[in-house]
Amino acid sequence: MTQTHRLSEGGLVDRSKPLTFSFDGITYTGYRGDTLASALLANGVRLLGRSFKYHRPRGLIAAGSEEPNALMQLETGPYTEPNTRATCIELYDGLVAKSQNRWPSLGFDVGAANSLVARFLPAGFYYKTFMWPASMWMTYEKYIRKAAGLGVSPTEDDPDVYHGTYAHCDVLVIGAGPAGLAAATAAASGGARVMVLDENNTPGGALLGTSNNAASLEFIQRSVQSLERNENVQLLTRTTATGYYDYNYITAIEKVTDHMGPGKGGTAPRQRFWKIRAKQVVVAAGSIERPLVFADNDRPGVMLANAVGTYINRYGVLPGNDVVVFTNNDSAYQVAFDASESGGVVTVVDTRSSVQSSLKALLEEKNIKLFEGHAITSVQGAKGVESVRVMKLSADGDSVQGQAWEIDCSVVASSGGWTPSCHMVSQSGGKLKYIESIAAFVPDESRLKKTSPNISAGSCNGSFVTATCIQQGTQAGVDAATRCGLHGTAASSESFTVNEVPLGTISPLWLVPTTHPVGEGRSKHFHDFQNDVTAADIQLAAREGFVSVEHLKRYTTTGMATDQGKTSNLNALAIMANIQGVSIPEVGTTTFRPPYTPLTLGAVGGQESRELFIQERHTPMHEWHVDNGAEFEDVGDWKRSWYYPKAGEDMHSAVQRETLAVRESVGMLDASTLGKIDIQGKDAIKLIEMAYTNNWQKLAIGSCRYGLMLNEHGMIFDDGVTTRLGENHYHMTTTTGGAARVMGWLEEWLQTEWPEWEVYCTSVTEQWAVMAINGPKARELLQSITDIDVSKDAFPFMTMREGKVAGVPARVYRISFTGELAYEINVPARYGKHLIEALAAAGKKFDLCPYGTEAMHVLRAEKGFIIVGQDTDGTVTPHDMDMDWIVSKTKEEYLGNRSQVRIDTQRTARPQLIGLLTEDPTVVLPEGAHIVSEVSDAPPMPTIGHVTSSYMSPNAGRSIALALLQDGINRKGDVVTLRLMNGEVHRATVSDTVFVDAEGVRVRG
Amino acid sequence: MFIINCPYCGDRDQTEFSCHGEAHIPRPTETKKMTDEEWGDYVFFRTNPKGYHRERWLHDHGCRRWFNALRHTVTDEFVASYKVEDPRPPIPDNGGQS
Repeated sequence: MTQTHRLSEGGLVDRSKPLTFSFDGITYTGYRGDTLASALLANGVRLLGRSFKYHRPRGLIAAGSEEPNALMQLETGPYTEPNTRATCIELYDGLVAKSQNRWPSLGFDVGAANSLVARFLPAGFYYKTFMWPASMWMTYEKYIRKAAGLGVSPTEDDPDVYHGTYAHCDVLVIGAGPAGLAAATAAASGGARVMVLDENNTPGGALLGTSNNAASLEFIQRSVQSLERNENVQLLTRTTATGYYDYNYITAIEKVTDHMGPGKGGTAPRQRFWKIRAKQVVVAAGSIERPLVFADNDRPGVMLANAVGTYINRYGVLPGNDVVVFTNNDSAYQVAFDASESGGVVTVVDTRSSVQSSLKALLEEKNIKLFEGHAITSVQGAKGVESVRVMKLSADGDSVQGQAWEIDCSVVASSGGWTPSCHMVSQSGGKLKYIESIAAFVPDESRLKKTSPNISAGSCNGSFVTATCIQQGTQAGVDAATRCGLHGTAASSESFTVNEVPLGTISPLWLVPTTHPVGEGRSKHFHDFQNDVTAADIQLAAREGFVSVEHLKRYTTTGMATDQGKTSNLNALAIMANIQGVSIPEVGTTTFRPPYTPLTLGAVGGQESRELFIQERHTPMHEWHVDNGAEFEDVGDWKRSWYYPKAGEDMHSAVQRETLAVRESVGMLDASTLGKIDIQGKDAIKLIEMAYTNNWQKLAIGSCRYGLMLNEHGMIFDDGVTTRLGENHYHMTTTTGGAARVMGWLEEWLQTEWPEWEVYCTSVTEQWAVMAINGPKARELLQSITDIDVSKDAFPFMTMREGKVAGVPARVYRISFTGELAYEINVPARYGKHLIEALAAAGKKFDLCPYGTEAMHVLRAEKGFIIVGQDTDGTVTPHDMDMDWIVSKTKEEYLGNRSQVRIDTQRTARPQLIGLLTEDPTVVLPEGAHIVSEVSDAPPMPTIGHVTSSYMSPNAGRSIALALLQDGINRKGDVVTLRLMNGEVHRATVSDTVFVDAEGVRVRG
Repeated sequence: MFIINCPYCGDRDQTEFSCHGEAHIPRPTETKKMTDEEWGDYVFFRTNPKGYHRERWLHDHGCRRWFNALRHTVTDEFVASYKVEDPRPPIPDNGGQS
């Protein structure tokens, strides 16, 4: 294949460095400096993809990141990436790309049949058609997504590495075009720390795409050199500012090694995600040309005028020999001149009835034919433009008349004017204002004027002449530096000639008429190419009442694709404005959302993925658990031992064995993860009295008590045992998951409500390692390794003793979460592993069995002990839990007290905790199963409660469950019905919540 | 992503903080004497203004101190942040502009 469309000279590509690449299996050659788009164009490849909905043939429209059509499946295997824009892929040797959304091939696509039934696929089609029956959506969805899809996601793990980084600067400049470079230069001259971001691989912006641009390139080089020499300046290319958030917080994605090809980046990350905090932000993001919306304007070969200019001037590619320039403003005339200079045969079709004479003279000089006051009414050529038909426009522009001229051409360069890139300013909450003279919105006031004033410069501010852009940029740089308390200076004014034609008098023609009304006949007027939305869809939306800009967007899906409507949004608004007979600002704009262009999620995650995503918390005994074959469970960030399977055991049998062992001999559990708070100070008792529902005044030193915490709504939010260590010294324990929450809760009250109280709370969760030993042989086991007198009378239930255990200092609490004789041995964390090893060794003769959290759950449920967050859900009171015994009737105040007697907490039929015994004792109900008052074949059924805990209890010899049931406490003995998701129906008797040792003898043994 | 001035630490990133709603709502005393409506007012009802708002903030991932801030709920401008025991800074007299 030869590069048929490559010019013999000119452009910024390096013709001495040929690169080979493949597209849809065919090998082509391009040059260093090409994008995939320019290289394909150089090879005469126009058909690059099929459209989203109608599967129409599509080619390039743009030369930059606004490209809506040329979406590629780039590379293969684990490196494959869908929906990459060919215009943003720098060519490298060996690049492999495939077109998308076509089957079996790009040239012959079965889905193109959609085009034939296009009249049945209007806006809102899917909403209307697949609404009913709702249950069928799951079936439809698969096929719809398949038909309307874009690229294919990789199925293998991403082998690339991504980094994230933070930066701070005085002035951040978004865009390194003429305005951005000038702004950065001016700001840096005042000593500001400056960062400049540009999505291109080379600074220069639009100047790179102008003809005879030696002077422009000199300006760029001069600016870049002076910036790079300045150690306060960081100039990042291949870096797109993706989001502009409050207080000048900017995110950006830097494509560090993408341009080298997959796996070729060495040790560098593939991409880097920047989070930048700037004191001031100068937005110099440029502007995007708007396509004219005319009949069949999506044929491959219909491009934006400036894209044609850029391909000629930057890449040395003439997209086609016969070029029709179709415009409503002067700027596209430069493209006509450039194409003509490059040997193209050019015709200009201008919708305006009178073009200024100086331009006409230039056209004549270059032998370019001009149709004034004319419009393109149709485009011929199925897979690429072959010719266009041109007719005279009526005076009001609403219709065409007279003779139709047929012009043979392969390229249509269309310009409907320029849309400033207001994305960044809008994202940050800034307003936009409409400027008639350029028929577009520009940035207006920012939301936070003091810290983030709107400092926009250049064409994103509505200036389309290079000299003005540089002037504005310089002023913006000075302003930004001044706002940072520095003194930026305007460098000697830059003056050089750029081949450009100013916008002139733009005459908006938002919807170009054709020989029949829009929406009738087979031709389509596209305004949103990527989501396949036409002017007729907007008309339909208006007819059906979806006139607000937000409704319009969602109903037609205009502006919702991966290009976020970069080329389409303003056209859509204007067409709607015309239909309604209101002004464009009256229709309004939607707020731009980040990211500006699609970004790799892997880059946002950076290094914080997989095992680094959340830091795991390990107890001091973790290694022992691993060595002893524990399976682990996540509890908060903790890894807790779940169960210890022996050879051949599944989870069920291991848990049953561990549960039995605790009640038959003795078991040990790592309880280190429980939250622990050391509370000291003369007012400590006041805090404890307020935090818990029960009385604490008479608790003796060395004694423990169980407590329940409520929020001010009166709902249970944590529980635990607190021990009085000294006169004004307490040791509070909390649930594992609630440790930080309780600590925060106590601090909140102390700092905001009772700052005068003398209380100090210190989290000591990680300072203590805790082993709980439970079971009838717990005392003997403990006695064998401690100097503490553990006899029944010397160390009664709910007390604490200090002494040595296994030779190290310990606090031993005689408390129990299993209803067995139990001790919780606390040692300084550094002795944790030593303690568990000592227990394991000493435990051999007592048949000591290590058990995990699952057996712990069964054991506590056998005793009806609740787990906050499992049996409670933030909507239950102590009364609902049948725990009135723990609520003080005499205390004046405690948190949540008054809510206990609110009408709602006192009403009957509140869900209350009860036990459930299934009719069939082998049935273990699933947790979450609903108790229903009536059974029917399918939901909905009236629910009167649900199962919160459910296990097979080896000690009760049957299944047991805890449940919340309406008015449950009064229903003990009743039989209720449960209906499961799979349709099974079970009956169960409402019981007490204690299933083992109801008298509580064992715990006091 | 705001910059928030912690009265104890200085300017810090928003990710270090959490907001806990309207400030200056003391816990009532003698709650047993309150009507359901009065207690409900304290527990559930907040002003939720469009404009300047005095809020409680916690410097979670920092000094872990609670403080109050005067913020504009539309523009997110922080006019002032102040310690719990400090007098309330005045609301700017600029018609809600910032």
